[in-house]
Amino acid sequence: MYEFFKTLDRRWIFLMMFLAVAVPILIIGATGRTFPEEPTSLARAVFHAIEDLPEGSKVLLSYDYDPASEGELSPMATMFAYHCAAKRHRMYFMALWPVGPQMVDDTIENVLKKDFPELEYGKDYVNLGYKSGYEGVIKVIITDFTELYTTDTRGTPWGTIPMCQEVSSVQDMDLLVNVSAGYAGTKEWVQYAVTPYPKLTMVAGCTGVQAPLLYPYIPQQLQGLLGAIKGAAEYEALVTECYGARMARRDAEGNPMVDDDGMYVIRGKYTEGIRRMGPQLVAHLLMILLIIVGNVIYFVERRKEGRR
Amino acid sequence: MKRETLIWTMVLLFGALLFLANGVMRGAGRAYVKEVPMQFVNVAEPGEVEADWIRYNSELALDEALCTQRFEEIPPELRVSWTRLEKAERGEYLTHQATEGADNPYRVSVSRTIGVWVAALFTLFLFSFLYKDNPLYKIAEASVVGVSAAYWMVIGFWDVIVPNLFGKVAPGIVRVWAIPGLEDPPNYWYLVPLILGIMLLWRLVPKGSWIGRWPLAFVIGTTAGIRLIGFIQADFLSQIRNTVIPVVAVDQAGGFAFWDSLKNAIVIIGVLAGLVYFFFSIEHKGVVGKTARLGIWFLMVTFGAAFGYTVMGRIALFAIRLEFLFDDWLWLIDPTMKRVPDEVVTAAATLLTALGAG
Repeated sequence: MYEFFKTLDRRWIFLMMFLAVAVPILIIGATGRTFPEEPTSLARAVFHAIEDLPEGSKVLLSYDYDPASEGELSPMATMFAYHCAAKRHRMYFMALWPVGPQMVDDTIENVLKKDFPELEYGKDYVNLGYKSGYEGVIKVIITDFTELYTTDTRGTPWGTIPMCQEVSSVQDMDLLVNVSAGYAGTKEWVQYAVTPYPKLTMVAGCTGVQAPLLYPYIPQQLQGLLGAIKGAAEYEALVTECYGARMARRDAEGNPMVDDDGMYVIRGKYTEGIRRMGPQLVAHLLMILLIIVGNVIYFVERRKEGRR
Repeated sequence: MKRETLIWTMVLLFGALLFLANGVMRGAGRAYVKEVPMQFVNVAEPGEVEADWIRYNSELALDEALCTQRFEEIPPELRVSWTRLEKAERGEYLTHQATEGADNPYRVSVSRTIGVWVAALFTLFLFSFLYKDNPLYKIAEASVVGVSAAYWMVIGFWDVIVPNLFGKVAPGIVRVWAIPGLEDPPNYWYLVPLILGIMLLWRLVPKGSWIGRWPLAFVIGTTAGIRLIGFIQADFLSQIRNTVIPVVAVDQAGGFAFWDSLKNAIVIIGVLAGLVYFFFSIEHKGVVGKTARLGIWFLMVTFGAAFGYTVMGRIALFAIRLEFLFDDWLWLIDPTMKRVPDEVVTAAATLLTALGAG
């Protein structure tokens, strides 16, 4: 057994990882059963930052990611939009990444148009689109939107969009929400928006790679943070707990559906993060096992060399 | 052919045949769209220069005499129509197929179906690198690079150069050509970045490439200035302020908050120990050496946390690719019930609710 592990081809590890991720996806996909989530204080802070705002508040949602990070970030992007829409906040979507507007469009199609058809483009939400310049964009729009955003992503002039007439800069926003996959993202928003203008409040969701680098900003510069898919799952648990009746599947009479435990059966598109925690659990167990095996082999080898 | 290669080729061929059979027999991998008719009429008064297009069948159209006619009877110069294709699901298609038959606005989209298959095959091509480098991986890699470069160029032109440069310098032309509602007056200050941009492109010319250094110097200087201020404010001064926290914390009732105190103490000790480790003007011996050693421990914990988060992130990315393959391509799972007709979903929901109530 020792010799087997010592000379194990890395491709067997790839295969094990494939099974560790694939099998839970298939099981969860077939049964619909997921693991319970216990939200941490950071996820609660994000939830309350949106929940405690009065109805109709102005929220800037900057979706600074692309399809490469969709697995981690689209669940939180979906929930941010749902939460803001459920609270009837006015949503100003924008992006510092070129593919960001498509991510915004996906969210608008899947969440706002399907579940909030009463919301009107231009009055309740607007997609301002992408501008190049990374932190330069933040630096400009923190004092004047129209210097860069002359139109929205559809080409409608800024001045003719009703909800845009109420804001002149980022400082007019009641909350900044950032979904970040790297540069430019949460760090730049903290550096060029929140730190120089401390009256601004910001929460963010980010990839796992970024999360440890952003913790030092909490809580003074960043009110709350959703770290990777775990943070997304916790936030989903909080939003579904609060708005479960609205997010649940409907029976023939249009009533929200409940399971054996009396819990609402939430529609699949709002439990993406929670579903992905199943493969996470099994894959992490495999990782831990491999690290232990690797260390045992290392120490046994070192001991053998010492004897020689 | 080596025996190992032959076995793997056979396995891959068998897998490909299975996938193909799944696609042909079950229709797996199909994508659906909804046809939405877009009909607009020009309700501008006779003699008005500017057209006034409104949507036929909208609330605004109720007040217009022109819109009381059937759309086809309106003079062709006063109407325009096209069909917009919106993303739809198989469940919606099946639901409407049962009730509307030939008038079903939902249909299979050939182009989007090809898109799903290309995405799935390219995912597999990229995964194939885990076995070993191969031409299929190279094709997928080169395609991603090429498409990304082209996409960035197109986005940069239409989202930045057209509205933010041409639209500022010559709004009249852009109004006619690209953005009809543009109302801003010309702002000739934007000629400065235009000139700098042209100077930057001069690098491509064999003679006079030094001209490109001037705008480059401008870019480097301004970027350095902006970033310096950002880091000093957000990552230096603010971080010092964030570390000035009470070691003995009190809760809202005025009592001793043990966990908050412990957390604050760890933050302060961690910061100080980490700083001592990076302070090389004093030899790391005695108390300084032990503190530096503690600093290393804190750094190791940080690296461990970063590694853990990275692993979590990568597994999440892997999971969504597999979800795409199993759900959108192979139709093995359907967690969002998008391929089930509405009546089946509601029947299942009713049954489950009844069981839950029972």
